[in-house]
Amino acid sequence: MLDFELMWRIYPYFLQAAWVTVQLSILTTILGLACGSLGAAARLSRHWYLRMIGATYVSLFRGTPALIQLFLLYFGGPQVGIQLDAFEAGVIGLGVNIGAYMTETMRGSIIAIDKGQTEAARTLGLSRFQAFRKVVLPQALRLMIRPLGVNINALIKGTALVAAISVVELTYTAQRYIGSTYKPFEMFLLSGLLYMVIIYIVGKGITYLDRKVRLT
Amino acid sequence: MSDTQHFVEIRHARKNYGYIEVLKDISLNVERGQIVAIIGPSGSGKSTLLRAINDLDPLTEGEVWLDGVQVNKKLPHRQYEKHINQMREHVGMVFQHFNLFPHLTVRENVTMAPKLLKGISNEDANKLAEEQLAHVGLLDRIDYYPSRLSGGQKQRCAIARALAMKPKLMLFDEATSALDPELVEEVNLVMKKLAEEHMTMIIVTHEMDFAASVCDRVLFMDQGYVVEEGPPEVVFKNPKEERTRAFLRKHLGGAK
Ligand SMILES: Nc1ncnc2c1ncn2[C@@H]1O[C@H](COP(=O)(O)OP(=O)(O)OP(=O)(O)O)[C@@H](O)[C@H]1O
Ligand SMILES: [Mg+2]
Repeated sequence: MLDFELMWRIYPYFLQAAWVTVQLSILTTILGLACGSLGAAARLSRHWYLRMIGATYVSLFRGTPALIQLFLLYFGGPQVGIQLDAFEAGVIGLGVNIGAYMTETMRGSIIAIDKGQTEAARTLGLSRFQAFRKVVLPQALRLMIRPLGVNINALIKGTALVAAISVVELTYTAQRYIGSTYKPFEMFLLSGLLYMVIIYIVGKGITYLDRKVRLT
Repeated sequence: MSDTQHFVEIRHARKNYGYIEVLKDISLNVERGQIVAIIGPSGSGKSTLLRAINDLDPLTEGEVWLDGVQVNKKLPHRQYEKHINQMREHVGMVFQHFNLFPHLTVRENVTMAPKLLKGISNEDANKLAEEQLAHVGLLDRIDYYPSRLSGGQKQRCAIARALAMKPKLMLFDEATSALDPELVEEVNLVMKKLAEEHMTMIIVTHEMDFAASVCDRVLFMDQGYVVEEGPPEVVFKNPKEERTRAFLRKHLGGAK
């Protein structure tokens, strides 16, 4: 049978670890959105070399395992003069990785806006940039909330990877307490439940935001 | 070279899409206050010609002049952008599919460009919106979003949006083609009103009756050429060209 008594005793430590997972998720989301915006801007640029940089970024980071990217940064970094602690490496590694996915999400939402919108704006005398900022972007932002929510959902679960570089978050904490309790089922169950709570709350938030700004 | 006698002047316009020549050496003059209809079969190049006038579809060769200024001047990119944005402020355009901004209310659709480009105050912008919307009979929908308008209302809003920039020239690309038949008339009435106010207009249309009743001149295009042009009485009742006759025969309800 499950050792509920043990779970009850130990869950405060898991709450602390969940807080680390939340911090990781928030910082990674912010970095991912920044990378995604830059990436999308590059991919949609008028200049071929920026488009090429954007496309390379996306295919590199989506084309290799995130775990390898993390290891490369954390273990390989010092060899090329990049000294980061595990948490920093986790945020940067995961953020830049999810940024590649967010690049595609944002680009997709932007090009989904009918060309007639830009044409109508340009016809009135708006510049390329004004037409983008006043007409295309406000519509694209509404459109990208849900798919970005999917990216964020993946990112939260992806934070489990940083256990492999010993960031003391939910997954690592579960592993650590297995060593002293010999109760893997209870430990993984506990961390799984806490992931679920985080993802549920974030999902609700995304749905709320999407409903609030949705047109029609 | 810069002194033009005509309000709108298109000189030897050519347009290629790859190997396909869509406009073949078209020249056209429009005088101030004139209303010109462009008719012709699908794919004949009507939209391309219209959209060349404000450089939405740049010509491969040839010149477009508006009120003494060349629209498609050869300039370095940045300067050209500035120039073309200024030119476009004077040319209103109305599209078949309205292209209203769905995230803005009717009022905001109308005021966005004047506020942004002319820096008018909120108060003046509101006055402008009310004035333009009253003009197209849409004042009672001023705070609606476009999704809650009928097709005819949408198109009238799009016309008000264009007029709010106080254009010298209005271009219409099949403004009523996407509308249910019973909504066509309300848009036609707005265009007739503009005609009475001596707005210069170039109108691509499939409605021969409308063209006959409001236009000073009709152009029949086919396969990238202007095959025939003249006053509606002549083009509709007494066309010289066989191709024009064939086209008009197919479009029943054409001018009687
Ligand atoms: N972006 C494009 N790329 C390639 N060909 C194009 C493009 N736009 C238009 N064409 C071609 O140019 C020709 C003229 O098109 P245009 O839209 O000007 O015709 P139209 O007279 O307005 O027709 P319709 O009555 O159907 O609107 C057509 O053969 C069309 O296929
Ligand atoms: Mg057309």
